[in-house]
Amino acid sequence: MASPIIEVQDLSFKYDQRNNENILTDISFSIQQGDWVAILGNNGSGKSTLAKLLVGLLSPQAGQIMIAGNPLTEETKWEIRQHIALVFQNPENQFIGTTVEEDVAFGLENQNIPFSMMKTKVDEVLDLVGMTPFRKADPSRLSGGQKQRVAIASVLALDPDIIVLDEALVMLDPKSRREILATLTQIQMTKQTTILSITHDMDEAMFADQIILLENGRIKQIGTPTEVFSKITHLEPPFVEKLRRTLQQKKRQVPEMFLTEDEMVKWLCK
Amino acid sequence: MNKLILGRYFPGDSLIHQLDARAKLTSAIYFIVILFLANNWQTYLLLAVFTILVMFLTNVRLRIYIRGVRPLIWLILFTVCLQILFTSGGKIYFSWGPITISHFGLINGFYIFCRFVMIIFISTVVTFTTKPMDLTDGINFLLQPLRKLKVPVDEFSLMLSIALRFVPTLLDETQKIMDAQRARGVVFGEGSLVRQMKTLVPIFIPLFTSSLNRSEEMANAMEVRGYQSGKPRSSYRQRKWQLKDTVSLVIMFILTFSLLVLRT
Repeated sequence: MASPIIEVQDLSFKYDQRNNENILTDISFSIQQGDWVAILGNNGSGKSTLAKLLVGLLSPQAGQIMIAGNPLTEETKWEIRQHIALVFQNPENQFIGTTVEEDVAFGLENQNIPFSMMKTKVDEVLDLVGMTPFRKADPSRLSGGQKQRVAIASVLALDPDIIVLDEALVMLDPKSRREILATLTQIQMTKQTTILSITHDMDEAMFADQIILLENGRIKQIGTPTEVFSKITHLEPPFVEKLRRTLQQKKRQVPEMFLTEDEMVKWLCK
Repeated sequence: MNKLILGRYFPGDSLIHQLDARAKLTSAIYFIVILFLANNWQTYLLLAVFTILVMFLTNVRLRIYIRGVRPLIWLILFTVCLQILFTSGGKIYFSWGPITISHFGLINGFYIFCRFVMIIFISTVVTFTTKPMDLTDGINFLLQPLRKLKVPVDEFSLMLSIALRFVPTLLDETQKIMDAQRARGVVFGEGSLVRQMKTLVPIFIPLFTSSLNRSEEMANAMEVRGYQSGKPRSSYRQRKWQLKDTVSLVIMFILTFSLLVLRT
């Protein structure tokens, strides 16, 4: 197996040094390039803090983060940020430009990319997220979902190897969410982009290659959706798992394991 | 809040709107300088005609321009009064101690008035017809020479453009906070002056906290997207210097020349 693109070892973090309790304690995991990883957990379980640590906005009290084989430190963070991008939860305060296209171009301007190349890139990503008709619009006047699309577009413009989405799809309606997820999946497939998605959407988590479940700042469970959803019962399960459990309660003969949608359909049609 | 005319932009597609921000800014500053060349009625008339012509070309209604002068009218009248009361020379109409109202004084007062109004009109022409962002770009360009003196011009103009970008956001926020406080029973704009001031406290405190939070989040977002101050950046906004921009500068030179000929 190739060396992992993200490797986190014994990471611990707290905001206030005087406080004894950590926000994150002994977090260790590794992620392979091109994987889709869902990070789940209740409010206050440290998901957003983890995201900020991964892009070097915060520095850990203990432990180490390796991105593409390089340790993340104060010196290397600028270099590493060319590989990893973060979409924040609240799109409102991410906008720097006064029009949608200018905002998308901000990250490219920072890399000192000439205008003609920027223009092509901006056109391309706006088309990907379906925001081309709004390119001249003022981002602060858009709806929540449209803002999130723009925020995603500005990250896609940078062609990062890793995209961290911090609940970046919560304001989208179900249909747009599916569209954006499809776009992201396509990018993940074609460009081997690694995607870390912090989410509460179990149906989205089900499609992940790996799930990291956080609880009170510790890793409760890591594994494929099948492993996680069959072991952890207090999580609000995705639809197919709910169906399986209901059938089980009604004393029907169902498989003991968690099933993906396809498997469930196959089993039902048997 | 909508009463604020100074510094507002009126969308349009007039000839003046199409001019490059750099041309407009330079011309406006230049105009204010050559205004001081005028010293008789011919020169003032020429400048007035020029100002009115430019204002006419912007397609913005005259009434709006006049509203822009209103907040400064007391300052103007005060200066004009000083001129009238303390300039001597020519025929004296009225005299009392050091105060004299003389012929020269009246004429000077009138000239000062015209000068003020023209300065305001010409600067409002620039702000009315230039998008705030283009204006920042223009200012950025004009300040470039200061970079030699290690003045962080680009950072300054980025700050300015972010500040401008947040104006509507903060206005919305103020409105929201006012509504929220109204829902909790605060009555705005009633009672004595002290009481009215006190009702502003529950607006300002949440507004400050949220602005600080916003700016932190924004700084994070900028950092993650690779913004480093002092590093060279390219610009997505392209400035195009057209023939009409050159023409506008040439017109300014012709104007200067005519002034030099006409002045006494």
